Order: sequence, then C-alpha cells, then structure tokens
Amino acid sequence: MELSGAEIVVQALKDEGVETIFGYPGGSVLHIYDALFQQDDVKHVLVRHEQGATHAADGYARSTGKPGVVLVTSGPGATNAITGIATAHLDSIPMVVLTGQVPSALIGTDAFQEVDTTGISRPCSKHTFLVKRVEDLAEIMRKAFYIATTGRPGPVVVDIPKDITDPNIKIPYEYPRNLKMRSYSPVKKGHLGQIKKAVDLIYKAKRPIIYSGGGVVIDNASGSLVDLVKELGIPVTSTLMGLGAYPASDPQFLGMLGMHGNYEANMAMHEADVLIAIGARFDDRVTGHIAHFCPQAKIIHIDIDPSSISKNVSVDIPIVGSVKDVLNDILRIIREGDRKIEDDGLTSWWERIEAWRGLGCLRYEQSDEVIKPQFAIETLHKVTGGDLYLTSDVGQHQMFAAQFYKFDKPRRWINSGGLGTMGFGLPAAMGVQMAHPGKPVACVTGEASILMCIQELATCKQHGLPLKIMLMNNGYMGMVRQWQEMFYEGRYSHSYVDALPDFVELTKSFGHVGMRVTKPSDLEAAMQEAFDRKDELVFMDIVIDPTENVYPMIEAGKGHHEMAMSPASKQGGQQ
Amino acid sequence: MNRHIISLLMENEAGALSNVSALFSARGYNIESLCVAPTDDPSLSRMTLVTTCSESVFEQITKQLNKLIDVVKLMDLSEGDHIEREMMLIKIRAEKEMREEIKRLAEIFRGKIIDVSDNSYVIEMTGDSDKLDAFVHVIPEDHVIEVVRTGVSGIARGVKSLTL
Ligand SMILES: Cc1cc2nc3c(=O)[nH]c(=O)nc-3n(C[C@H](O)[C@H](O)[C@H](O)COP(=O)(O)OP(=O)(O)OC[C@H]3O[C@@H](n4cnc5c(N)ncnc54)[C@H](O)[C@@H]3O)c2cc1C
Ligand SMILES: Cc1ncc(C[n+]2csc(CCOP(=O)(O)OP(=O)(O)O)c2C)c(N)n1
Ligand SMILES: [Mg+2]
Repeated sequence: MELSGAEIVVQALKDEGVETIFGYPGGSVLHIYDALFQQDDVKHVLVRHEQGATHAADGYARSTGKPGVVLVTSGPGATNAITGIATAHLDSIPMVVLTGQVPSALIGTDAFQEVDTTGISRPCSKHTFLVKRVEDLAEIMRKAFYIATTGRPGPVVVDIPKDITDPNIKIPYEYPRNLKMRSYSPVKKGHLGQIKKAVDLIYKAKRPIIYSGGGVVIDNASGSLVDLVKELGIPVTSTLMGLGAYPASDPQFLGMLGMHGNYEANMAMHEADVLIAIGARFDDRVTGHIAHFCPQAKIIHIDIDPSSISKNVSVDIPIVGSVKDVLNDILRIIREGDRKIEDDGLTSWWERIEAWRGLGCLRYEQSDEVIKPQFAIETLHKVTGGDLYLTSDVGQHQMFAAQFYKFDKPRRWINSGGLGTMGFGLPAAMGVQMAHPGKPVACVTGEASILMCIQELATCKQHGLPLKIMLMNNGYMGMVRQWQEMFYEGRYSHSYVDALPDFVELTKSFGHVGMRVTKPSDLEAAMQEAFDRKDELVFMDIVIDPTENVYPMIEAGKGHHEMAMSPASKQGGQQ
Repeated sequence: MNRHIISLLMENEAGALSNVSALFSARGYNIESLCVAPTDDPSLSRMTLVTTCSESVFEQITKQLNKLIDVVKLMDLSEGDHIEREMMLIKIRAEKEMREEIKRLAEIFRGKIIDVSDNSYVIEMTGDSDKLDAFVHVIPEDHVIEVVRTGVSGIARGVKSLTL
C-alpha cells in the first residue's frame, strides 16, 4: 500500500482502532483534513476552541480507558491545546495529540504560526515527537499510542511539519504492530518478595486501611480492589481521582479522604497502623501537613511509576507494578493461606471508625427558601438513580459533587484533579457523550467555570449531544470566596462574578433548552424534566445559596486529625 | 548533600538532550556539569551528569531520568569505584619571567602547552575536577585569560560497565 503522509496519519488512526477524534483545522494540517474528508471510518468532532478538543478527548479517554485523540494546527492551535494536555498529564490520562507544524524548511525562522510545540509541551506531556521524515511517521504514530496507553498513561504529542503530509509524496505503508522499545518497557508484575512482605504486614495489622487512587480506575482494577477489601474486611478510602473504583454505597467505604474528605476517612488514616496505598500518589491535598501524615502507620505502596514511590512520603514496602497484577497476586497468596487478620483488633477498629462516622461530617443545614448545593447534588443522585456519567468543573461544586454523589462504578466521575482546570467540565462531557451515545451524561459546573469553555455549546448543537448541564450558580468563585472568608478576613478580592449573562437565554441562543430553578421545592421535578428530555441538551441554571462553604476541611498546614467541621455537624443538624 | 556522577545511555534522538536538561530545571534539581556525545553505537548517546543533592532527591533524580522515554539505561558511578576525568583548555598570560614559571607549573600538573604566542600559552590538561581546580588556583588570577572545561566524564573500574 502506498500512502502519503496525510493518509498515513489517518490510516494509522484506523489501525489503532480510533473511531473518534476531536479537532480544529488550520493551515499546517490541511493535508490531513483533506485525507480525513475522503474516508468515513474515523469520525471527526469539530470543537470551537482547541482547549475544548483536548478536554473532550480527555473525557472520552477517562470514560472508556481508550486513548483520546486530538488534531490541531500549528502555532495558536497548539498553544490553545496546552491547557488540556497539561490537564491530562497531571491525571495520567492516555491521549495522542497531533499538531501541525510549519514546513520543515521553515522551522526556526519565526515562520507564520510557528511555535516550538515540542518545547512547550515537553514539561506537560508524557513524551513528544517531532516527525523529521515521512518514512518515520507510521512508527512514530505507533510509538505515540504505545507510550500514551502503557505504564503510567499520559498525553503524547506528535508534531508534524506540513511537508511531511504532502499528498504528492507517497511511500509504502505498513503499520508496525509489534513495536519494541529498548528505552521503554514498563513493568506490570510486582516483585513477589515484596508482595509477600506486604501480605505479612497486612496480617499483623490491627488498624489497617486502604487508600485507593486514580491508578485503580486507570488499570480497570475495581474488581480486584473489591475482592481484596471484602476478603480482608478492612476499611477503604479513596482520593478524588479514585472515586467509583470502590462502590460508595458499601459500608466498608469511608468516603473520600484529604482536604475536603470525610472526617472518618481522615481520622482512620491518622490512627492507622498499616496503610495500603494503591495507585495513589500522596498528593498534598490528600496528605495535609506531611509531618502529621499517618504518624503510626507502616506504609505499603503499589504503583506502576517508581517515581511516585517515596516522592512525598517515604514508604516501607514499595511494590512497583500494575494495580491489577499486584492485587491479584496478593489475593492469590491470601486465598492459598488460611490466615486471618486478628478479629479482635478489627472489631475494635471498626467500632472507632463507626464512632467517627457517627459525627455526620457531611451534615448541612437544609433550607426551604434557598437551594443548598449539597441538596442539589443529592437530588441529582436521586433523579438519576446513581446511574450517570458526571463531569465537573473546578470549585466548590466539584467538591460537593465528590462528597454527595455516591459513585458506585468507576469511570463515571470525570474531573480535573491534578491541574484543577476550570473549563474542563463541558468539553469533557462532550467526549463522554461521544463515547457513550444514549447514556445519561451530566456536567456539574459553576458560573465562573462554565464561561471558560461556553463556546462548546455550539459543538453540542452540531453533533447533537444531549448533555445535562447543572450550573450551581452562587454568583461567586465560591472556592476562592471561601478561602477569602476563612483566611483573608472576608476581603472578597475579585471573586464576585459580576455581569453574568442570562444563562437561560444564552443557552437558547445556541439552540438548546434552558431552565432556571430557584426554589428547593421545584428542583426535583425540574431535574426530572431535564433528564426526560433525552435528545436535547438542557442547561439548568440552579440558583444556590451564595454563602455555603465546603466542609469538612483540613486547612493549610494542618493534619488529618485537625479537620474543621461544618456548623451543622458540630450541632448535629439534619442530614 | 553528596556529589553524584550519573552516567546514562540514551537514544540519539532530537530532543533527547533537552528532555534531560528540561527535567532538571522543571524539578529544581541542581546540575553541576553535563557532558554528552555519541557512542561507538551511533544510535546511542552517552551522557555524564554531576549533581550535588540529598539522598532522597538523588533517588527522585534517578527515577525521573529513568522515566524519560529516551533514556535506555543509567548508572550512579559514584556508588562504586570509578575514574572521572575532565579536560580543560586554559589560556594564560605568559610574559618575561612568568613564561618559565607557568611552564614549570604545567609540567607538575602534567599539562601540555599546545599553543604559544609572544605573551600567552594555551595549556591542555586532564584530570579529575579537583586537580583542574587546583591548577587554576596556582596561576595568579590576573594571568588567567580564559578557561574552557568539558565537564566530567567517567567510567567504572573493573568489569562493571554501562552498556546495552
Ligand atoms: C479544588 C480541588 C480540591 C481537591 N481536594 C481534594 C481532596 O480533598 N481529596 C483528594 O483526594 N483530592 C483532592 N483534589 C485532587 C488532588 O489535587 C489530586 O488530583 C488527587 O488527590 C490525586 O489522586 P491520586 O493520588 O489518586 O492520583 P492520580 O493523579 O489519579 O494518580 C494515579 C497514581 O496511580 C499510578 N498509576 C497509574 N496507572 C497505574 C497502574 N496501571 N497501576 C498502578 N499504578 C498506576 C500513577 O503512577 C499515580 O501515582 C482536589 C483537587 C481540586 C482541584
Ligand atoms: C483556569 C483556572 N483559573 C483559576 C483557577 C482558580 N480557581 C479555583 S476554583 C475557582 C472558582 C470557581 O468558581 P465557580 O466555577 O463559580 O465554582 P464555585 O466554586 O462557585 O462552585 C477558581 C478561580 C482554576 N482552578 N482554574
Ligand atoms: Mg460559583
């Protein structure tokens, strides 16, 4: 088969099984767009801003586990994509980003729409390639997908100068399926000696806890996690990124840990004698003040990336390997033996945990007059029966969703944790909906966040994406306002979102359905109506209490045991 | 804080070197010298890197370097017996009675005079970094015109080696 560079790009996508890509055309990728035009296998979703393309591909990847693919032009196309690349990088999301580049001969001359794309993306991607010869293109495409999807996944950028895709230069094409790279060979199997040590330690534990993270979701290892937790009868908590990997409705689940995590989860971390960290990276939002972190615990850490291990917190038993392989080895050893964790110890451990749980750290004060954000998320859960793909933007609404929407399945909660990118929610939801046609997909957002990528409402119209957008409209950058209230004596410097548009009319002008809800008593019926409109995008402007804060909270410099509680939890208010 | 010499083999690809140097600046690691050239296998480059840091930072440095896709293999030379060498070209003002004195000093340090003009010498010298420092120090400061150093390269003693 003889193909041009442009055709090789498209054919390689087909050979990778890519069905959908997200992109935006421009001069340096026109040859590729022409090749796309002449085929029907790879579907192209035209976004309205390249940031949207990257977040959409990211949402596609998070909800399926398959790599998301982006195609953008050189210069401003590439720079617009950077935020989305960095977002995917920090959360270890597999993505392949194809960027056009000025013709090889012009590189370095400050040519029209030239930027050093590999240079800019290097620090925020897993790897970058600049294609120098069309003969290398097929192999680089294969390498890009291989690197993006294996080991600790991440975004890979392939920068393609325009002359490489010249339709008039055809070369023989064969896709290098069995690629081997001497410089890159991630391990999957964990070291058996380390695994046995870990099992021994687990049996000695009196107050064990599992701290599970995004790695469990990434590795599709929920089943193994559930088996292990059930086998051992021990408590499990999860990071923001791991939510759904262990069913939230199960009593062994203590909820999220960390800055806005559950009191019982953080207290259990603080008191634990053995901590089993699984695919989690000891982020500062999770650990609180490092000096106070798990002071009594011996730590086992399972992670595929050696550089995650002992980076922030030094661990006692590191196990480098994939979550699924390692958990399955642990399970096998446990099932072959007939040992048990000492029941006496576990019983009193659970008693303490139940006492912490009894405090009801997520209590909030309900109101008849104004919609509370917590109530809005609870209503969302009720109306959708917990069966929903939910994306989020960044801010208080994100934390309320994480706390109150009880995710029972992995890949259902889709949010930017590491970079915390406002503007992520709507385009990510588009990617999710593209991957799961006919399934309910919602985006919870704030009035500040949604305006960062609002243009994508047009993409939703063009591609008929019936998203449900839940705007938690508090009129403030709530998360910023909360910090200013707590740490800057209420000086609300530039956190009031003035001059807001009329979101209902704005939505209508994009050709969608807009609704506004202001009364708690109307909320459920309105949400029900929104989800009943199966084929339409419905934008719900939900006017919520502008003063509500996210609790509980570990303030900066504090430890897990020093959480600030909500007024309602302190008083034992209604839940 | 310890001084470490890291020797690494990486793919001889465009961008490989910048991946390494960008890693050091992005993560705030200290880098004292960096020396890189292709090997007898033209598809591979060998780099020698010197850094001074705490042991925990050093652990992260090696992990992060290994994580770079282009890095094939690396080794901490300073962990075992090794030889390190650096080359220096130094241009020294050499006039009147100083001409003899500088020549004598160069001989003591086993340097070679490789260029001579009426009032200057260029001396080539190899050795470990301390030796080169010592030589620079014995030359009166106002006589040193220019110093060019390659940075350290090194090799393990005995059969131990960094090869594929
Ligand atoms: C406003 C805001 C508030 C936040 N508050 C909180 C909070 O209260 N609590 C909280 O938890 N987070 C919070 N976060 C998120 C936080 O910033 C981090 O993103 C998050 O804690 C990281 O989750 P993680 O440790 O699971 O790591 P991830 O980023 O999901 O990393 C996954 C880890 O698993 C490893 N891994 C990947 N694939 C595999 C595999 N196949 N096998 C084995 N290991 C693998 C990776 O190497 C990595 O170490 C907040 C974010 C925002 C924006
Ligand atoms: C792109 C970007 N800019 C700034 C921030 C800092 N930031 C974090 S939360 C937040 C406020 C978000 O406000 P809104 O979307 O209304 O959500 P709320 O907190 O009110 O629920 C800001 C500005 C960010 N995370 N991302
Ligand atoms: Mg807001």
